[in-house]
Amino acid sequence: MSKTYYDPADLRKFGKISEWNQELGEKFFDYYGKVFEEGALTAREKSLIALAVAHTEQCPYCIDAYTKDGLQRGITKEEMMEALHVGAAIKSGATLVHGVQMMNKVNKLEM
Amino acid sequence: MGKLKTQSLQKRDSDLAQSNKQLDILSNGIFANGELPTFKDKISETSHFPLKAKKLEILQINVGYMCNQVCEHCHVDAGPDRKEIMTRETMQQILDVIKTTGAHTLDLTGGAPEMNPHFRWFVEEASKVGVKDFIVRSNLTIIRANKKYYDLPDFFKKYNIHVVSSMPHWTRGKTDKQRGEGVFDMSIKALQELNERGYGMPGSDLKLDLVYNPNGAYLPGDQTTMEKDFKKALMEDFGINFHSLFAITNLPIARFLDYLIASENYEDYMYALVEAYNPAAVENVMCTNTLSVSWDGYLFDCDFNQMLELPVNSKSKHISEYKEELLEGRNIVISQHCYGCTAGAGSSCQGVVA
Repeated sequence: MSKTYYDPADLRKFGKISEWNQELGEKFFDYYGKVFEEGALTAREKSLIALAVAHTEQCPYCIDAYTKDGLQRGITKEEMMEALHVGAAIKSGATLVHGVQMMNKVNKLEM
Repeated sequence: MGKLKTQSLQKRDSDLAQSNKQLDILSNGIFANGELPTFKDKISETSHFPLKAKKLEILQINVGYMCNQVCEHCHVDAGPDRKEIMTRETMQQILDVIKTTGAHTLDLTGGAPEMNPHFRWFVEEASKVGVKDFIVRSNLTIIRANKKYYDLPDFFKKYNIHVVSSMPHWTRGKTDKQRGEGVFDMSIKALQELNERGYGMPGSDLKLDLVYNPNGAYLPGDQTTMEKDFKKALMEDFGINFHSLFAITNLPIARFLDYLIASENYEDYMYALVEAYNPAAVENVMCTNTLSVSWDGYLFDCDFNQMLELPVNSKSKHISEYKEELLEGRNIVISQHCYGCTAGAGSSCQGVVA
């Protein structure tokens, strides 16, 4: 057994999840493939969204995959980092907006 | 131009300057222990083995390995220190062949083909024969490298040369990282000069195409999308026009193989190539309609096999004993580098094939 939870080589084995439940595995990969097709958003825009979400979800496999995907699409380092800041801003905003709840609670409890 | 990116493997006295060392790497490791199928096994699955040459369409001539650039990914291991240069005698033998060949395209490559001292004479003579499509693969910076090359755009125009040029990205940073400091600015200037002569302009017969190849251990993106992105950026930023973009996969040989190994990307890259294997690309892989001639006149299935010193499997091995009928139907010589031409939409010197 591996002594770490994450092994970069496991990303290549992602498709194998279908082996233990073919029907659901295939449905997932069909859905996944469809989502990333060119639509109202370009595949390039979707790749940048996926990269930002990969970071907010802190998924190392997704970070590897969508960094590479971005490079393949000619996306620049600057564009990638800007996308990350969007994710980071939402994460920090989501934390801070709960501050209103804290303030409400304090205001309710304090005399 | 600024500092050269690196030195040739030959100049560095690297083991990988030897083709047999490269072939050892490509045949062993993950391909010997069964982790990945060999190219032969893979194409056998789809009944494509042996891969056979069809009717010859493109004669690609490598007029020498000397180049003014030393790009990090170069499969030729070209550079200013390379002395392999095609002689006028070999060029004459090629001219004799062009007169009788059924090939419709003549494709000059290098190195920087313009650095061969007989380059202009050869272009003049070959153009008299009247090939349908006469390509020169120009690295663009050569046009601005020295005064003696400044008139190349006019020279190209005079002989209606189809110019195919490398341009790894529309941004300065990515281009210079791959090809050397200052390459981007010189390339932009050269493209503007070609545009001024009518090259690459909408509706113009003076063809100017660009070649994109990835700037690292990943495959090229969709060619059509990349072309749109390149066109938009080069027009908006510099007012530059061009006709088509060819997206070419980097093959794991010579300096790109050296880079893959040094950066510990070799195995992942080979996995990516094998996973992206596309049987439809095998149908049209360029070695089936192309013949590559080396600086010293030997014949190869492609420029990559030339660099790996894998000669054609035919009795006609040299341009001096060229017999098209013996070459047609020959079995193509393959190794694991061939996965580079069959990944995704496929890859050839003319871009995607599937």
